[in-house]
Amino acid sequence: MSENDANKPQGRKPTLPPGAAKPTLPPGAGKKPTLPPGAGKAPTLPPGMKKPGGPAMPPGMPPAGPGGDGAPSRADFASDQDVRWCPGCGDYAILATVQRLMPELGVPRENVVFISGIGCSSRFPYYMNTYGMHSIHGRAPTIATGIKTSRPDLDVWMITGDGDSLSIGGNHIIHIMRRNVDLQIIMFNNQIYGLTKGQYSPTSEVGKITKSTPFGSIDHPFNPIALVLGADASFAARTMDRDPKHMKEILRQAHDFNGTGFVEVYQNCNIFNDGAFFSFTEKATKSDKAIFFEHGQPLVYADGKKGLRLNGFHLEAIDLEGGNWGVDDCLVYDETSLELATILARVYWHDELPQPFGVFYRQARPTYDEQVGRQVQAVIERSGKGSLADLLAEGDTWVVG
Amino acid sequence: MGSKTVETLPEATVLFAGDSGDGMQLTGTQFTLATAYAMNDLATLPDFPAEIRAPVGTRYGVSGFQLHFGSVDIRTPGDDVDLLIAMNPAALVVNLDRVRPGGTILVNSNSFEAKDLNLANLDSNPLEDGSLDKYRVIQVELTRLTRETLKDSDLNQKQIDRSKNMFALGLSLWLYSRPVEPAEQWIRSKFAKKPEIRDANLELLKKGYHFGETTEMFVTRYEVTPATLPPGRYRAVQGVQAMAMGFVAAADKSGIPITYGSYPITPASDILHALSRYKNHGIMTIQAEDEIAAIGMAIGASFGGCLGITGTSGPGVALKGEAMGLAHITELPLVIVNVQRGGPSTGLPTKTEQSDLMQAYYGRNGDAPMPIIAASTPGDCFEVAYEACRIAVKYMTPVVLLSDGYLANGSEPWLIPDPDSLADFEVQYATEPNVEVDGEKVFHGYVRDPQTLARPWAKPGTPGLEHRIGGLEKKDGTGNVSYDAHNHELMIRLRAEKVKRVQQDMAPLEIFGDEDAELLIVGWGSTRGAIEAGVTRARNAGLKVASVHLRWVCPLPADLGKVLSGFSKFLVPELNNGQLVRILRDEFLLPFEAMNKIQGRPFGPSEIARKIEDMLG
Repeated sequence: MSENDANKPQGRKPTLPPGAAKPTLPPGAGKKPTLPPGAGKAPTLPPGMKKPGGPAMPPGMPPAGPGGDGAPSRADFASDQDVRWCPGCGDYAILATVQRLMPELGVPRENVVFISGIGCSSRFPYYMNTYGMHSIHGRAPTIATGIKTSRPDLDVWMITGDGDSLSIGGNHIIHIMRRNVDLQIIMFNNQIYGLTKGQYSPTSEVGKITKSTPFGSIDHPFNPIALVLGADASFAARTMDRDPKHMKEILRQAHDFNGTGFVEVYQNCNIFNDGAFFSFTEKATKSDKAIFFEHGQPLVYADGKKGLRLNGFHLEAIDLEGGNWGVDDCLVYDETSLELATILARVYWHDELPQPFGVFYRQARPTYDEQVGRQVQAVIERSGKGSLADLLAEGDTWVVG
Repeated sequence: MGSKTVETLPEATVLFAGDSGDGMQLTGTQFTLATAYAMNDLATLPDFPAEIRAPVGTRYGVSGFQLHFGSVDIRTPGDDVDLLIAMNPAALVVNLDRVRPGGTILVNSNSFEAKDLNLANLDSNPLEDGSLDKYRVIQVELTRLTRETLKDSDLNQKQIDRSKNMFALGLSLWLYSRPVEPAEQWIRSKFAKKPEIRDANLELLKKGYHFGETTEMFVTRYEVTPATLPPGRYRAVQGVQAMAMGFVAAADKSGIPITYGSYPITPASDILHALSRYKNHGIMTIQAEDEIAAIGMAIGASFGGCLGITGTSGPGVALKGEAMGLAHITELPLVIVNVQRGGPSTGLPTKTEQSDLMQAYYGRNGDAPMPIIAASTPGDCFEVAYEACRIAVKYMTPVVLLSDGYLANGSEPWLIPDPDSLADFEVQYATEPNVEVDGEKVFHGYVRDPQTLARPWAKPGTPGLEHRIGGLEKKDGTGNVSYDAHNHELMIRLRAEKVKRVQQDMAPLEIFGDEDAELLIVGWGSTRGAIEAGVTRARNAGLKVASVHLRWVCPLPADLGKVLSGFSKFLVPELNNGQLVRILRDEFLLPFEAMNKIQGRPFGPSEIARKIEDMLG
């Protein structure tokens, strides 16, 4: 019996395969979407930015439309609005990844809704040719909860940043997690306030010198994955802007998960916090400083040269080449274990251990929207559809005249 | 009915007062029910402390329930109390100034011991020191009689003492010749599973009733004959119930599901409680994590094509301000209910006040007007709830609905409306692109209806109408983000003009009283009953006076200027430090005189009548 098994609580439900519990597609699924309004206007891009959907087209040409098989393409999900992030911003990679993923999900464009708060990341909905709302600072979870609960047929995505969701919106992020509303949250974490021009954020490291902390910040930072696990998240994952392949896969899994799919994306702010995550994202250090883990696989990194083993409640790095340790000694990750998720989430900016990227925790439980709907149905089944006339005349009444 | 004389009264006001644990609200509610059965017109005013169980016997722990009933038109809970039932010295002294000289005070004489007087901060016993000389005082040993009645019951001393309100209820039902059956029925169903408590309460109710008949303290009992109300089926209704039913009616008639987002707050929580029972009526309720979340959820629901409503009280509206601005700029239908209470800050949570008209008008960043509708009676809460929803959807705008603690908890007989008689409530969602650009049909989210200036409501899930909205300034027509200087000015003006056009949907103002009078009283909200009763009294005394009551406070009705032009003196009574009066002065530059009461209590008709006499005398 490995230490992993010893820590694993008995009676856990097996992992759901991605998409298993997802409701069937709403009516109209697979219908060929019409072209976006204003399609044909060539968006201008900041210098150095690649146009989403491939090479720039001559003005007047519609963007790359549905493919030969009639399926929607990436360009179908790009709005006609100019993308206004700073050149070189990590947000571009996230937008491009989401636009690439969308056609693969098979959800009709008209059923997709993006809800955001305030901040650089929260401009995102303007660039998606879906339904969307750019709301107010910190409150996207409330609006997303309202729309998903009243319209469970819609595919709702929430876009937020570290300041938006962990500072001004801290209350709402924990409550959407505990409710487990069936939607996806993409949290762009750049560890800085960008739109207000460079103050430290609730994820900035202690000692951060910014405009508002000329002598260094003294606030202890949040660990977002640990925070949402503490709020009983049912799906928590981390990925990075510089690995679009990994990001796309994680986002797909968050989407296919039936519940709140929380994804923290490390996103470089090249203006106010350039290189914050370079040790995890850049070639020279990535293999040593980052570990990409998967359910059912041993925790191995550094191109197979190193691994992580569980020693009591702690993870320790082991050298797989020295002859003392082998892959069999590494912890085989189990994403349904809240205990393991908690241990792995606490490997955070660790001096000796690599930063983990992947799905920390996935445990399906009934979603809020589904339960609300079920309760309404149960009342209707028990009491019948309410009659207004009966309701108005309820209780003690008397007749005059 | 024994050997007592029966005197017939046109109307009477009774006030039950005791500790917050004495069951005075329940006693008042049951007396109200019996009064409804006796077919009197009525109005009630529950008045309770913010503490759930304040220390026993203290002045600040006093809970009261006032009821005004009669065979005549009853417009207020009454300003002069005819009968005060005081369970202890604190309840007596706190309410004494409300009893008319010559009125009756019934006290529980067992609760006037030294320790009780001490708790009520009294140096001498009011039953002995002459301070009650101008009243008729009836001393009943409520505690002793209750204990004696239940001496064979299995209840413990505490349970027995807590039941004495039933003795008091029985006695007051006898005194005003009310039927005892409604209370008996209520006790039977309420305590069906606790037979010993049920039997004790029934016994006490009966003993109290019989005590009136046999005791020699009362030589007279009273009778109030049925009121001449318009014919139809009636029920007693509280403002909160009426409002909840108004929202159900809106969901029913429009076919749009309603999502009600709310965070518990006094005195608005009862709307949430009521609506959460109406799940089979197209109502979904969410108890949110805070006030901001509550409105955010409602906005999300409205974006999804449902109708979002959020309900709260003044402090909650303060927190919702930014989101109200979002609903204004995104031009989504939304209803924000404010059951006003005494402010500022936490203020007087359980007391009534017309505290937040200025907040509703101006309490947001930027120029963000929204229609404001105010209920005037408990039953009127039904109609304004329905109307607020209808206007929110028709004009694609957030609407503020103002109620207050008095309307929410007060009750009156309510002529049950016929659902078919309600105004039409049809909803048109956008179904196809509305603009042609370069030969291509596209959807623009801010193309307006020429009559209402409403933008189209395109539900997510509708192919081809994908669009984005948000809190950044919108380009006229397309709805895209725009920082253009002239567009911003245009949009500010367009949104304000749209709100102004709600005037199209207002019924003409009605003048109450003498159209040829010099003096016009302008009121809004829950003061309607007191103002019109005061006007009636003044006119009966030979004075010429008129009043006009505003249901829509923003925008002001289009015909208000014309109405005002027929008068030369103006009085604006408000339960605040002067809010509508400033708006009227600003709008019309006429000499509006303010009349303000800021005591957490409604106006009484006599206060209004006196003021009229002062102005015309």
